[in-house]
Amino acid sequence: MSSPEVLLHGRDITRRWGGLVAVNKVSLALVRGRVHAVIGTNGAGKSTLINILSGEIEPSDGQVALLGEDVTRWSQPRRARAGLGRSYQRNTIYPSFTVFENCRLAAQARTPQPWVWWRSAQRCEASTAAARAAAERAGLSALLDREAGLLSHGQKRQLEIAMCLATAPQVLLLDEPLAGMGAEETERMLALLAELKHGHAILLVEHDMDAVFRIADEITVMVNGAVIASGTPDAVRNSSEVRAAYLGEGH
Amino acid sequence: MAMERSKFLFTTVAFAALALYPFAAGSFGIDLVTKIMVYAVFALSLELLVGTTGLVCFGQAAFFGIGAYATVLLSSPTDAPSLAWLLPACVLAAAAYALFVGALTLRTKGVYFIMVTLAFAQMAYYVVHDTPLGGGTDGIYLTVKPVLGGLLDLDKPLALYGFTLGALVAVFGFLALLGRSRFGRALAGIRVNEQRMRATGFSTYPYKLAAFVISGGIAGLAGFLFAVKDGFVNPELMSWHLSGAVLIMIILGGLGHLRGALIGAFAFALLQELFKSEAIFGDFAKHWQLGLGLTIIASVALLPRGIVGVPRQWRERLVGRRIATTEVRHELAGPPPRVNFRVRSAEVPNELA
Repeated sequence: MSSPEVLLHGRDITRRWGGLVAVNKVSLALVRGRVHAVIGTNGAGKSTLINILSGEIEPSDGQVALLGEDVTRWSQPRRARAGLGRSYQRNTIYPSFTVFENCRLAAQARTPQPWVWWRSAQRCEASTAAARAAAERAGLSALLDREAGLLSHGQKRQLEIAMCLATAPQVLLLDEPLAGMGAEETERMLALLAELKHGHAILLVEHDMDAVFRIADEITVMVNGAVIASGTPDAVRNSSEVRAAYLGEGH
Repeated sequence: MAMERSKFLFTTVAFAALALYPFAAGSFGIDLVTKIMVYAVFALSLELLVGTTGLVCFGQAAFFGIGAYATVLLSSPTDAPSLAWLLPACVLAAAAYALFVGALTLRTKGVYFIMVTLAFAQMAYYVVHDTPLGGGTDGIYLTVKPVLGGLLDLDKPLALYGFTLGALVAVFGFLALLGRSRFGRALAGIRVNEQRMRATGFSTYPYKLAAFVISGGIAGLAGFLFAVKDGFVNPELMSWHLSGAVLIMIILGGLGHLRGALIGAFAFALLQELFKSEAIFGDFAKHWQLGLGLTIIASVALLPRGIVGVPRQWRERLVGRRIATTEVRHELAGPPPRVNFRVRSAEVPNELA
């Protein structure tokens, strides 16, 4: 591909809560085949940004374009159906369902057909196949019949990703997929993200700096709702503003 | 699998017993069981909202009452109306009100939803209570009962019993199919985690509205059966007492199971009969509501998963320790075979947990 294919574009996104500006004129572009990381201290507005991009909350200002279409006024479900998948910082699964049913229900969003009330959902081949494939990609094939609430924390994070993949999205917004994971689980998740990069545009919000600098193709640094630096990992690492504001002594 | 089979067995045996019951019972028994089956249809309608979708509706009696009033108001006082149009008309009348109420109330959540559904039911109550339309507090009589050509005359208790049983089986079967369909799975997803459903791409509002309308229609069917059985309707059919009673039925029976609604309706009505019986309680029978209330409080406290959950509760108590240790061993050895003896508190809708 000659020119980069921008799948999701946020322009001047702003969100005010009363007098507080949680997100201030943030612009970013997510490109197919690249991981774009957003880092920043707690309260920098990273989660709010993801919520605006995915349509969970409305921006006070600015536009969101998905696959070239202006989706700023679209509801969250509509954006999801158009190819936008997201995972949550806190596990947001269906704990009482099996792992398979978690994935299958996510995949069902692609072929909902609610009027076919007499046919069992288990016989919807499109969604069962997509669920199996997503679970396998996320490394959960052996746990399909396990109740999701009984999974370990790391497995639940994998399930978050699997549910996201089951909807066959083009853009993935991942909110701290590595949160609370052990070293080995982190490695597995990073390998998965590296593999998912091909074919998807990924936005990664993450606190684990080592992981971010290893996997990201582009990094945006936010402080108090505003972008203070954006560029390749090397450029961000060497930016004096970032060093002063965020990375501090450790780096 | 074993679980599926025992569910199927229970349901089959229960319906077979209901089908055979008239051969053994007198007219009092037939009348009582007909009434209970009407309540069971009504309870099933609410189970779809509360147990499946997680919407605690506290105004279900409105749809029941509208079905009942429509039966009387649409019938002619002299000629027997045909079931073929009267029944669908009553179901549609209740469903139409459910569409109106649902469209407005489903924008609220939790305790607000409970209160707003109650308000809409009270609105319907006062319309029949205070306007000439519904005959006021005296209610109105259904003078001629509906028939289906020469095949079925619902004035005959046995015909009504059979018809009510048929309606109950049909509603049960319909909801069982619905529950495992994509629509039903989506409703269950909404109950467990609506936020995730929206993030996945489901517009949840139309799903909830469809469930609300189907539920209202089934409640209307129950109302129709009730009006035909009693031959009389009054505003009490729409009062919040009845909305509360049907909610208690499904909680008593066990939320999240169609069998729970069935068992709950029977348990509630039989307890009511028991405490009303002067032969057993003597003078205390006058205060039957006290006895019923205390029993319900005790059973909710002791049976958190309702009557349906009793076998599992006992199994857990008897073999709980052994299961717990094998679980640990499986954790060490890798993925375990499916073990079902687990507390599933997440299956209870948040509002009731």
